[in-house]
Amino acid sequence: MTGFPRDQWYVAAYSSEIGPELFSRTICAEPILFWRTRSGQVTAMSDRCVHRRFPLSQAPSRLVDDQVICGYHGFTYGADGGCTAVPGQTRIPRTARLRRYPLVEQDSLVWVFIGDPARADAARIPRAPYLDSPDYTTVAGMEPLAARFSLLVDNLLDLSHETYLHGGYIGTPEVAATPITTEVDDEAGVVHVSRHMADAECPPFYAKSTGLHGRISRWQDIEYTPPCLYKLHSRIAPVGSVPNADGSDPDAFHVEVVYAITPETEHSTHDFWAVARDFALDDQDVSAFLAENNRTVVLQDVAALNVLERVIAGEPEGYQELSINIDTGGLAARRLLRRQLDASRTPGVAS
Amino acid sequence: MNPAPANRSVHPGDRVYRVHWVLGTDRLRAVCHCSAEREFEDPVQLWEWLLSHPDGHVAPQSTSDSGATGTPERGVRTA
Repeated sequence: MTGFPRDQWYVAAYSSEIGPELFSRTICAEPILFWRTRSGQVTAMSDRCVHRRFPLSQAPSRLVDDQVICGYHGFTYGADGGCTAVPGQTRIPRTARLRRYPLVEQDSLVWVFIGDPARADAARIPRAPYLDSPDYTTVAGMEPLAARFSLLVDNLLDLSHETYLHGGYIGTPEVAATPITTEVDDEAGVVHVSRHMADAECPPFYAKSTGLHGRISRWQDIEYTPPCLYKLHSRIAPVGSVPNADGSDPDAFHVEVVYAITPETEHSTHDFWAVARDFALDDQDVSAFLAENNRTVVLQDVAALNVLERVIAGEPEGYQELSINIDTGGLAARRLLRRQLDASRTPGVAS
Repeated sequence: MNPAPANRSVHPGDRVYRVHWVLGTDRLRAVCHCSAEREFEDPVQLWEWLLSHPDGHVAPQSTSDSGATGTPERGVRTA
């Protein structure tokens, strides 16, 4: 599947990436300029001067008192995208205005709406509250992926690949061998894939971070809200341990693995990843270990998917695939994405 | 450590499709939000059947007569 749904919210950046300097990132083939104003708000507008399309993030363009001055001819824009000065004349053309993007900053993420701003309903943005909760410690990063975003969706919806692609890190034989349960909430537009391993080998990723060794109970509960936010609720516990009836779970370690899958172009993707844990909150060694190892795992996926993109891009449309049981969740995700894609191509319809 | 999130094995909702990998087999059991069930060996055919609701979907109590529940994908409508 190429293309990406419009009239949808996408993660454009971590909050920590955007300060009082010009920052540019291409989201769904649209170059967007960001900065944090003196009042602390993040702005999002087109990163192209309306005059001759010079990138406003490109030096010698510069930011002065919350106004961006184009480095080519001096067109100047305020934080609302309106032009405040043009060179050599006092009249400012009526159309001298940068396109602005609806923006929401929450859960340490900066979300932008790609599509018709009139359809931007912030209540539809899925939440990941652990990313900035004091009850969790989070490590995070972003890797560029030279592949269409649907390949990363396929990858993350089927974690059986951990056994083969990520052996020695997060993969153990039980992951590929344990049956999954898939649920699709069609109205909410969410795919859930659960794999509960009652007696599994503890992979190094969790052995070194939790201190558990040998056999463990390992639960993987995926919650994917297309198109952008993927959450893996990971529970690691001694064999035989289950949560109490009241929901407390004192013997378990909880790791919330979050991905934001944001198309850059039709054939490249921003692969945001974050790992939030509810144990060893102040242990810097654990943070460093999880950050390094998760990045390694992400880069293993990136290397594989970059190859896959080149292979698929070189094949004619409609290439033959084979799907088996492990693909049940991925097929469900594809269906929801297809529905969003079709809706965004039909005027007046959004899902 | 924080309390575990609520059990996610069954999600509430009026239009939830469920697919269970039948333990000890290579079969998948599809459960529609209308309660119709059917077993498959191919997830593509499974989703075609689930999404064809209400076509070919009958309540479990009547499927025993029709033989739909527990039968593999032969005869599944693939429109």
